[in-house]
Amino acid sequence: MATQTSPMRDYIFFAVFAVAVLTMPVWLEPIGAGYPDLLQKFAIFGLFATGFNLLFGLTGYLSFGHAAFLGVGSYTAVWTFKLLGMNPIPAAIMAVIASGLFALAIGYVSLRRSGIYFSILTLAFAQMSYNLAYSVLTPITNGETGLRVLQSDPRLFDGSTESDGPLLSNLFGIEMTGYAGFYFCAVVLLIGFFIAQRIFRSPFGIMLRAVKTNQNRMTYTGLNPRPYTLAAFVISGMYAGLAGALMCITDPLAGAERMQWTASGEIVLMTILGGAGTLLGPIFGAALIKYFENIFSAFNEQTLHEIFGFLPDWIEYPIVSVSSLFVGEGWHLTLGVLFMLIVIFLPGGLMEGIARIRKLFRRKPGKAEPSGAAAPAE
Amino acid sequence: MEILRVEGVNKSFGGLRALNNVNFSVEEGTVHAIIGPNGAGKSTFLNCMIGRLAPDTGTVKFGDISLTGMKPYEINQVGVSRVFQTPEIFSELTLLENVMIPTMAKRDGVFALHAFKRLDQDTEIVDQALHMLEDVGLAEKKDSIAGSLSRGDKRRLELAMCLSQEPKLLLLDEPTAGMSRADTNNTIDLLKRIGDRGITKVVIEHDMHVVFSLADKVTVLAQGTIIAEGKPEDIKGDPRVQEAYLGGAHL
Repeated sequence: MATQTSPMRDYIFFAVFAVAVLTMPVWLEPIGAGYPDLLQKFAIFGLFATGFNLLFGLTGYLSFGHAAFLGVGSYTAVWTFKLLGMNPIPAAIMAVIASGLFALAIGYVSLRRSGIYFSILTLAFAQMSYNLAYSVLTPITNGETGLRVLQSDPRLFDGSTESDGPLLSNLFGIEMTGYAGFYFCAVVLLIGFFIAQRIFRSPFGIMLRAVKTNQNRMTYTGLNPRPYTLAAFVISGMYAGLAGALMCITDPLAGAERMQWTASGEIVLMTILGGAGTLLGPIFGAALIKYFENIFSAFNEQTLHEIFGFLPDWIEYPIVSVSSLFVGEGWHLTLGVLFMLIVIFLPGGLMEGIARIRKLFRRKPGKAEPSGAAAPAE
Repeated sequence: MEILRVEGVNKSFGGLRALNNVNFSVEEGTVHAIIGPNGAGKSTFLNCMIGRLAPDTGTVKFGDISLTGMKPYEINQVGVSRVFQTPEIFSELTLLENVMIPTMAKRDGVFALHAFKRLDQDTEIVDQALHMLEDVGLAEKKDSIAGSLSRGDKRRLELAMCLSQEPKLLLLDEPTAGMSRADTNNTIDLLKRIGDRGITKVVIEHDMHVVFSLADKVTVLAQGTIIAEGKPEDIKGDPRVQEAYLGGAHL
């Protein structure tokens, strides 16, 4: 738990984080993650996880339906493109509003229950939304083909300007692809992170942590937990909607599969893997999963043979045939193993791992640890 | 002046009559103890007062306000706080945060969306909470996690949380249950010390030592009915009480 915080420390922390995010194309180059497509994913899922963490990390309410908000955000963004034009800013704003309203409705019903019942309710709602988007709502969502922007769409403000080629989102002439797209997402992530940091330190944030710790005490302290959880749910839904809009801003296409329960599950994994309830953890988790997905799903049997080529054949073949289960299509197995290891050995996620390593280094100099610093952990 | 008035309260659980036409009132500024053997209905009675249980019939009035049908957080907001049998605290938060929450609840009400200002810059709340922690002798542990406290300290913290709201009426459900003699005496001292804040207290207690060192008035409950009421000295000698509660043994 962060015991010592001051505005100065938080600003420095934010500044360091901002520099780290904006220079990602440089320092991620050596590990092969410095290209725009992946960087955009880091920023988008980082934002999604940050918002999810505001609900799950602070209040402890585990939503299994956040992909629904992602989907609502995406569809709203594409519709905004279709109707108003290809500028990303109105698309982002409309997506936040639409997903916020959607979250208000789902949250109002789901938050009548807590614990596992809440999770199941959100899961049910998300699956309903997915199925609706896939079938009944085809006029709005374009069903399984996915919703895209067409040349014939009205695009009120820039309908006349562009003529041929694929339609891309553009911010006053800058096309939102490649690095420009990444920087747009990164700035939105930074705004989202800044707001999350403020919420963490605010009276509202502490009330959310109170909800997680002891709702009973809260009610007998004159506080109604319901509006607090609902506010957290709506804010977190807005983050998800914004992330969904960013997906469409970098690639103006929205499909129903974005709302499937596996997508909801993925965000839960990211948050837990990184460290629920911490500011940076969910972003780390999101980046790690997206990076591994990228690396491991690109492997095939051929690359494995190259890696293990130095071994004698009778060892090489069994090793390759076993490890090939964990790469390519089967990279989710790797993710599963990784997740199990983290949850068993580092229940607090990657952030707990980092805290432990820092502790080791602090002990190294041989000075006796002041008891005040160690006490809160016990 | 009466601060709390309970009239004709009945409560049944299935076939079991937990409270049978209970009439009860508390004078402002006094310490009123409720005693009785296990299963006498003491906790049920308290729960009916605080809105955790709805009485089948009867009314609970706090001053001019009828508490029946009100939500627990609404009851708290009109000035009734409660200490639980097992301390209910925010065990994952620090002591300071634990006390800041009720302080904010008192100032900002049932819900306030202060999502963008810093809590540690809110000097009014921080100072009040620190002051309260000093009062109960927990100031030096303000940054510890509440869950790591000893049972006695948890109780003191819970008391600090309730007191920080400056309630008009404080309900204590066995505030010394499961405590050592030393901790019990500390708690008695603390309760006596806060007595001069003018907070009316209703105490449910098993420990006669605690009851007789604190209470101005004692109500004896047995099988859901009030069987005696009066000053501690009178209750001590009442044969009905000795019969029902202590099986005739001396106090």
